[in-house]
Amino acid sequence: MLGMLLRRMVESLIVLFAVAFIAFSLFSFIGDPVNNMLGQEATEAERLDMRERLGLNDSVIVQFTRFIGRAVQGEFGVSYRQSRPVIDLIAESLPATLELSFFAMVLAVGLGIPIGIQTAINRDSLVSKALMTGSLIGISLPTFLAGILLIMIFSVKLGWLPSFGRGQVVQLGWWGTGLRTWSGIKALILPTITLAIFQMTLIVRLVRSEMLEVLQADFIKFARARGLRERLVQFGYALPNTLVPVITIVGLQLGSVIAFAIVTETVFQWPGMGLLFIQSVTFADVPVMAAYLILIALIFVVINLLVDMLYYVIDPRLRSMGGL
Amino acid sequence: MMQEAAAHKTASEAAPLLDVRDMTVQFFSRHGTLTALDNVSFAIRPGEVLGIVGESGAGKSLTGASIVGLLPDSGRVTAGEIRLGEQRIDNLDRTRMRRIRGREIGLIFQDPQTSLNPLLTVGKQLVQTITSHLDMSAAAARQRGIELLRDVGIPAPERRIDSYPHQFSGGMRQRVVIALALCADPRLVIADEPTTALDVSIQAQVLALLQDLVRKRGLAIMLITHDMGVIAEVADRIAVMYAGRIVEIGPVRQVIDSPSHPYTAGLMSAIPKLGDRARRLVQIDGNMPRLDAVPSGCAFNPRCPRVMDICRVERPQLRPARAGHAACHLYPALPQAET
Repeated sequence: MLGMLLRRMVESLIVLFAVAFIAFSLFSFIGDPVNNMLGQEATEAERLDMRERLGLNDSVIVQFTRFIGRAVQGEFGVSYRQSRPVIDLIAESLPATLELSFFAMVLAVGLGIPIGIQTAINRDSLVSKALMTGSLIGISLPTFLAGILLIMIFSVKLGWLPSFGRGQVVQLGWWGTGLRTWSGIKALILPTITLAIFQMTLIVRLVRSEMLEVLQADFIKFARARGLRERLVQFGYALPNTLVPVITIVGLQLGSVIAFAIVTETVFQWPGMGLLFIQSVTFADVPVMAAYLILIALIFVVINLLVDMLYYVIDPRLRSMGGL
Repeated sequence: MMQEAAAHKTASEAAPLLDVRDMTVQFFSRHGTLTALDNVSFAIRPGEVLGIVGESGAGKSLTGASIVGLLPDSGRVTAGEIRLGEQRIDNLDRTRMRRIRGREIGLIFQDPQTSLNPLLTVGKQLVQTITSHLDMSAAAARQRGIELLRDVGIPAPERRIDSYPHQFSGGMRQRVVIALALCADPRLVIADEPTTALDVSIQAQVLALLQDLVRKRGLAIMLITHDMGVIAEVADRIAVMYAGRIVEIGPVRQVIDSPSHPYTAGLMSAIPKLGDRARRLVQIDGNMPRLDAVPSGCAFNPRCPRVMDICRVERPQLRPARAGHAACHLYPALPQAET
């Protein structure tokens, strides 16, 4: 267990290092930061002075080491666009994205797993067939379209829910939460549904196909042959074996929901990291992009690590083998 | 059928434990109806081991599944009846059938690697099975589980009961499977290829265990296998299946030494014998017919070396032939057996 954990951590560090290098090289590939900061009218002397102050005349290795050293301390420089420390911008938008992603994933898992089970166990019932048809729509409907449709129905026609923004945000330390006010909660509903639709249908189909496969397994046949109750066979035997692969996918999806909530955040003008990232791309705001890249990599790596450990808790075969 | 029933009396006075009569199993689909088992009749008495042999697809495993009501959704027993002791069990509802499985009839499957739930300890699976059938506390069930593991020859069962399936070797795992099948003291065990997935030396141990259980518990076993060696070693009687029908049934020595049905004869001469190296193995030409293309008359007639005109027209019934019964026109009905 400990050896596995250690090996995984080393692997994670290597991944982070590689991503950091890519983020670092953005600085030299996307335009000249000096031009971006000083504008076209600056004199050559001012430029040279700026280059020296930014450390751009040092060797790549020295610059990269300095970049890493700062990144570890949460120091990513100053945004070109907003002239504020990148870390502050991230700290402002991270809670919005995490709250949105968390609730979207809770919704997707909370509905997706039961629906997946239902459609696997009662495969031929009308309800199951309707749900499967519905999931086909959900999986093929583009996120931005779903978002716009929801806005049209619930904001424009019915006027129940706000169509954009995060509502009133309450600061709890550095964490700005929308969960303490009614307007914040109401603003969360539509983006959550929009972000959850695709994930939910994915989980429904995954759980269904995994469970159908497990229900064919020999140990299910043997459980039935021993006269165990069908409930016990389905929920005590089939379901846990279904969940092992489902957990991996759900974990990886959580990472991508956080990283790629961009579309949903854009549709709803949700002030999260996705929106921040899209805006920095249009401005070639390299420090923000670099920080975003590294942060997303960090989130992915941490989630992967947690999923691996969860595997370990669930599956006794891994525990006694002493590693993955 | 009638003749089979008559044969029981001569072989043993005991009433049959399992009595299958004219069982027909059909599968229904959009493409039509397939008859997978056709008028299958046999009986097993307490303490008896009946071997069921045949090629893959002959309907051996399906026979076992039909008896315990574990057919796939599209299949049904459409004719005949199955009796367990005094009780008819082919027309029970799901709940009552579930109580028969495990309680009255235990099942053992081929592959011990995949027969156990990998996420639960052996003890947990034992306790769940025991409490499903017997009115017992979890602690008493666990104690019974330990006894069962000891009975099937697992060393240090009070420690091993908390192990997971993957922590047992293949042979030990099959012992666990047998213990699970015996949880509620069934009178009959249907063992579907119980040794096929095991090493030869382990096979012998598992067979010895099964024989031991027959002796000690008076268990009856329906042993499904394609391995004649296993049958010869363990079975009292043997039923040979071909294309969903029983073509010959009788005491094991007689059927093996002097088979009545040409198919059985072909099957026996296809088995290599030790110390008989010079002889070329005889093979039966052709393949067993698919279920949607069973020829009329005797299903074996296109491959039969002794085929007659009547074989292509009239389906032979099981009739007394030498020591047992065979469904073959070579053995015409005796006048006194006709009504």
